Amino acid sequence: MSFPWAKQYNPTNPAMQWIDERLPLPRLVYNAIGAGYPVPRNLNYFWNFGVLAGFALVVQIISGVILAMHYAPNALVAFDSVEHIMRDVNWGWMMRYMHANGASFFFIVIYIHMFRGLYYSSYKAPREMIWLLGMVIYLLAMATAFMGYVLPWGQMSFWGAKVITGLFSAIPLIGPTLQEWLLGGFAPDNAALNRFFSLHYLLPFVIAGVIILHVWALHIPGSSNPTGVEVKQQSDTVPFHPYYTAKDGFGLGVYLLIFCAVMFFAPNFLGHADNYIPANPISTPAHIVPEWYFWPFYAILRAFTVDFLFIPAKLLGVLAMFASILLLFFLPWLDRSPVRSGKYRPLFRIFFWIFVANIIVLAYCGGATAEEPYVMISQISSAYYFAHFLIILPIISRIERPDPLPASITEAVLGKDSDDSAPVGIPETRDGPATQPAE
Amino acid sequence: MIRNLGIVIGLFFTVVLLYSFGVGAYTHITEPATKTAKKVFHKYPRDAGMPSDGIFGKFDKAQLQRGYGVYKEVCSACHSLEQVAFRNLTDIGYNEDEVKAIAASFQVPAVDPDTGEATTRDGLPADKFPAVYPNNIAAAAANNNAIPPDLSLITKARKDGSNYLYSLLTGYQEPPAELAKNFPDDVPGPTTHYNPYFENLNIAMAQPIVIDDQVTYADGTKATVDQMAKDVTAFLTWTAEPKLEKRKQTGLAVLAFLLIFTVLAYLSYRNIWADKKH
Ligand code: HEC
Ligand code: HEM
Repeated sequence: MSFPWAKQYNPTNPAMQWIDERLPLPRLVYNAIGAGYPVPRNLNYFWNFGVLAGFALVVQIISGVILAMHYAPNALVAFDSVEHIMRDVNWGWMMRYMHANGASFFFIVIYIHMFRGLYYSSYKAPREMIWLLGMVIYLLAMATAFMGYVLPWGQMSFWGAKVITGLFSAIPLIGPTLQEWLLGGFAPDNAALNRFFSLHYLLPFVIAGVIILHVWALHIPGSSNPTGVEVKQQSDTVPFHPYYTAKDGFGLGVYLLIFCAVMFFAPNFLGHADNYIPANPISTPAHIVPEWYFWPFYAILRAFTVDFLFIPAKLLGVLAMFASILLLFFLPWLDRSPVRSGKYRPLFRIFFWIFVANIIVLAYCGGATAEEPYVMISQISSAYYFAHFLIILPIISRIERPDPLPASITEAVLGKDSDDSAPVGIPETRDGPATQPAE
Repeated sequence: MIRNLGIVIGLFFTVVLLYSFGVGAYTHITEPATKTAKKVFHKYPRDAGMPSDGIFGKFDKAQLQRGYGVYKEVCSACHSLEQVAFRNLTDIGYNEDEVKAIAASFQVPAVDPDTGEATTRDGLPADKFPAVYPNNIAAAAANNNAIPPDLSLITKARKDGSNYLYSLLTGYQEPPAELAKNFPDDVPGPTTHYNPYFENLNIAMAQPIVIDDQVTYADGTKATVDQMAKDVTAFLTWTAEPKLEKRKQTGLAVLAFLLIFTVLAYLSYRNIWADKKH
């Protein structure tokens, strides 16, 4: 669906006409990301990150497919084949650094995109499905990144795979069998490496499919906006093209500048030195850590240090870690405040920023050694993490008195509810001319 | 329903975490963590001042060749360089004949064409540096049970690798008196050597670069211990990242292009939105 004032696709070029009559693909694109998609006029730069996430995924797929042409998923030669890419393949070093840093940047973008959703409550009705599909993308992206990190078969690859699959062994009764089944053996080896490669190649295309659903779901209600007030009239929106294509073009330039600065001048900064040591099953690294984007959850996992009511600490940690991610699926039903944007929610805003600070503390503890005081800090922080979503948010939405909302996006931008410069003659409000009040 | 269930789950995890915190805090107070020797004596690397540092950094080929000399005359007795092929040495300024001669000075595994038995032959430029020991057991047996790691990637396989390597090579010293006094278990044993830059302070490798002029430099540079340590560090920085110069040059060009692109994109954004307040 779209707003009644959305422009219709009307190709003048005979070739486009010819294609459109036989396969309305140009029309689809026009209505999805062209002039046919009306978007709120007041989106800020946080709304750039959806497009950036799509771009980051394309970078991963292209660089990944090229790497796969030279990589060998066999425990005996995987490490050397990566070095072969770095040394002998033309521009191989660039492809590899692009892919390794691209994964980190994908998560940076996704996290900003998700925090945008949290602050502006983009997950609320009627956008729950967009959020749920986003969470599916996020889970798939985590699985993909984890398996990708195993492929170079360095020390961190091997021990990371061992620790993460080891989490499943905490499940009572079937745990150890499950871990063995996941790995295809008692420890990570050829069987594990091969299946991880196969899945690592597959999942990004699944992600691409879910992104199509995500964007489809987005186009039903249309984008939300920083006021959280729904679009009412034509003066609230601008056509996606050229307004947001131009803004996204600028955003892409800034993103690429930062990405390339890291990729070309600090390509190993976000990685771990131990992964340049070939995997060695008989030598455990002093300090096994996952990639930075898993650190908050790793901190939650390790925060559970004592058994409780006969439940072993390890099982509690695993349950809590999965719960901490899965609870995000239920967010639309946990936060019942009718107001979306944090801009008009004074109490929520305070707790939102505490939550952001808390996540950073958790991430820091997850990357640190499992020693005091980091364990104690991560215990308090993890407790706060759960309390925020499961206790504080539902309470806030009950007791908070939100600030008054603007009558419309136009009013928020122009200070009055209509835009005199808006074109006339086309239905202007969402419900069509019949209900339009005379102005 | 979801909210009530959520609150129950939230309370459960919160209570367990606060309980774990209580237990942890109690043990932390009643049994304060004992200081380890590593915490007291371990040092962070000193700056080696490599010419390849920084965004305009470049290798100094003369230095890389001196560094190769140190590797060849000292380290290659114990450490391999298996990711590097002899032909790669043309990148650090050796000509093809020199590379052929260097390759021929190493013996690489081969198969006897008449008997089919395993044998060795002179290296060729296309060969990689051969392993020093037939396997890890032989390596450990020859080195008091410690295995000398392959050095191809060593400056990327340690945190702050180049500075670390330089500090390690120049960091050998007498163990401080307080070490023996406070941490008797951490004094170097008969086959280990005190080095505050090494992870556990006691490394199984004896100080490899010991005296000035241990290696003869052909280019007239004074071969002090410090200079040799720097040169071999530079060489091993190159072996770990042979494409470093190309990476930085490409990066500068890419950033220059992106800067122009971004400025133009910004101007067109401003232009398109000029009539729309937002
Ligand atoms: C006599 C044999 C021998 C020689 C010669 C030698 N090493 Fe070593 N090296 C070793 C052994 C054995 C180890 C393992 C030490 C350990 O694990 O405690 C080692 C370890 C190392 C390490 C790894 C330290 C770490 O952080 O784990 C580096 C780096 C190193 N050597 C560099 C060099 C360089 C550079 C040279 C030449 C200047 C050199 N070595 C010469 C035997 C040697
Ligand atoms: C590869 C990953 C992803 C891609 C390519 C992607 C793409 C997009 C795009 C293009 C938009 C519209 C532009 C925007 O509003 O920013 C969007 C909106 C949205 N995304 Fe994503 N997304 C991804 C992952 C996620 C994740 C992990 C979540 C959250 C769990 C999420 C939640 C949302 C929500 C709630 C919206 C609607 C925002 C609004 O209209 O206010 N997305 N996404």
